[in-house]
Amino acid sequence: MALQDVCGFLDTLDDTGPCTYPPNEMGYMWRTASEFDRDSAFHFLFPPQQCSRKNRVPTLFSSTFSSLSPHQQPFQLSHGTTTLGFIFQDGVIAAADTRASCKGLICCPTSQKIMPIHSHLVVNTSGSGADCMLWERILTREMRLYQLRHRKRLSINGAAKLLSMMLHPFKGTNVCVAATLCGWDGEETRETLNSCMEIAEVKEAVEQDTGVSTISDSALSSVKMASVNEQEILKDAYALNPAVSDQNTKNVLSFGGRSGPRVCYVCSDGLQLKGEIISVGSGSPYAYAVLDDGWRWGMTVDEAVALAREAVFRATHWDAYSGNNVDLFHITAHGWRRRDREDLKEEYYRERERKRKKIKEREKERQKREGDELGEGDIYSVHCG
Amino acid sequence: MEYLIGIQGPDFVLVAADNVAASSIIQMKHDYDKMFKLSEKILLLCVGEAGDTVQFAEYIQKNVQLYKMRNGYELSPAAAANFTRKNLADYLRSRTPYHVNLLLAGYDEADGPGLYYMDYLSALAKAPFAAHGYGAFLTLSILDRYYRPDLTREEAVDLLKKCLEELNKRFILNLPSFTVRLIDKDGIHDMEKLPVGPK
Repeated sequence: MALQDVCGFLDTLDDTGPCTYPPNEMGYMWRTASEFDRDSAFHFLFPPQQCSRKNRVPTLFSSTFSSLSPHQQPFQLSHGTTTLGFIFQDGVIAAADTRASCKGLICCPTSQKIMPIHSHLVVNTSGSGADCMLWERILTREMRLYQLRHRKRLSINGAAKLLSMMLHPFKGTNVCVAATLCGWDGEETRETLNSCMEIAEVKEAVEQDTGVSTISDSALSSVKMASVNEQEILKDAYALNPAVSDQNTKNVLSFGGRSGPRVCYVCSDGLQLKGEIISVGSGSPYAYAVLDDGWRWGMTVDEAVALAREAVFRATHWDAYSGNNVDLFHITAHGWRRRDREDLKEEYYRERERKRKKIKEREKERQKREGDELGEGDIYSVHCG
Repeated sequence: MEYLIGIQGPDFVLVAADNVAASSIIQMKHDYDKMFKLSEKILLLCVGEAGDTVQFAEYIQKNVQLYKMRNGYELSPAAAANFTRKNLADYLRSRTPYHVNLLLAGYDEADGPGLYYMDYLSALAKAPFAAHGYGAFLTLSILDRYYRPDLTREEAVDLLKKCLEELNKRFILNLPSFTVRLIDKDGIHDMEKLPVGPK
């Protein structure tokens, strides 16, 4: 796709008149390549002309069919999922379940909802699976084109804006994409480094996280960003004591050009939000409850991973449309790293076991304490089991 | 669900908007800014359907700035309000109408302060005070009772606080904090969030 656009492969077809191709089943929905505006990402596919925002059940077929009743979907498009993303002092955590459901049926228990876009950006998707796959690819293409054209990586906020603008023509149709962009904005200038705090000891985050299995190759070979040392400096600047980091978060979040962790939500109905904690899907209320309780800017990586894991676990427990495994990605200035996919089925029983043990221990302690109290000054001795 | 309010004084306009960005039953953001700066002395407050608000408001914002670049001087609040209304009306009967409710507040050197109420059907009215949202049902009568054309800044803020108290008391939804801004001849001033926003 990208190479074709860049080379202007189908430039020679000079058909700039009105659409004259014969109406087929898909009607006027698909434009030929010659009509693509190569420089603009936004003209590549438009919804059919007959589709008006007021008509909430648009027709996918040509005008000859528009007089008929609106086309019935063969099944209800439902978006049951739990995905979440949050930032903290050491990067971004993106987590999601792996259940793809379709009304009452689990279509796929091992789908992947977190897709890497490039070395420092992953996207959590929820909504219609097909739409998400398509728009991920489109976003990847556009970001790569931007990087090639402008010789720098597009920021996370910029990518969110781009995706939002691309989705805007489809507002009112059945396109359902709710994407959370989680990533680390690259540091482009050196001046901003000076305004960061002094460097503490260098933290080797790569070695710290014991749950890591895969390291993305692209992160190691990333040459677009400043040198790795500078990245580490920046990372450490945020890794200092939380009180000062809080001050720094304001800087990180409010200054557009600075580097730092970012999480951004883009929805096909147009909502676009930047924030610190974002969770999407039918299981999101349950996840929010856990995240709001445990989130602190100064969390360690282990705490953050545990928090994300537990949030997804609780959501999958209560929500019927979320479940199976949990995927977890951790993005830092070095790039994204992926944790092994973990089955949460056993987690429920492990937790029950832990709780049972704890209750037993507490019971024992209580009885011991009572036994001691009674044994001290009481003439009646009670036999404790 | 969302709430906008504006109060015009003799030489200022006070505007406030809630800070909640919601998606079905979840508050996704507690510090979302619904005000768009069109120029040094004009603010556009925009609520409505999820994507339409930002799209439309940014479109108006960029066009107002383009006018300034092309012609060398800024649009007055009245001109900006009418421009906005015209755009809203043009889109109203198109395939993609924008479902947004707006308040435009500004200060003009010649005409003084102005507050313009605009709804999604592109009805435009210059008003001394105005509100949008379900909260408007609860607060318009308070504004009726206590508004006077010669309010001082402090009195206007007190009136605003009265309205927000009523919302806290009687409105079924929780709107914890509001961004408050004041426009006068010196430009746009940020005021303290009411009630004190979460840290």
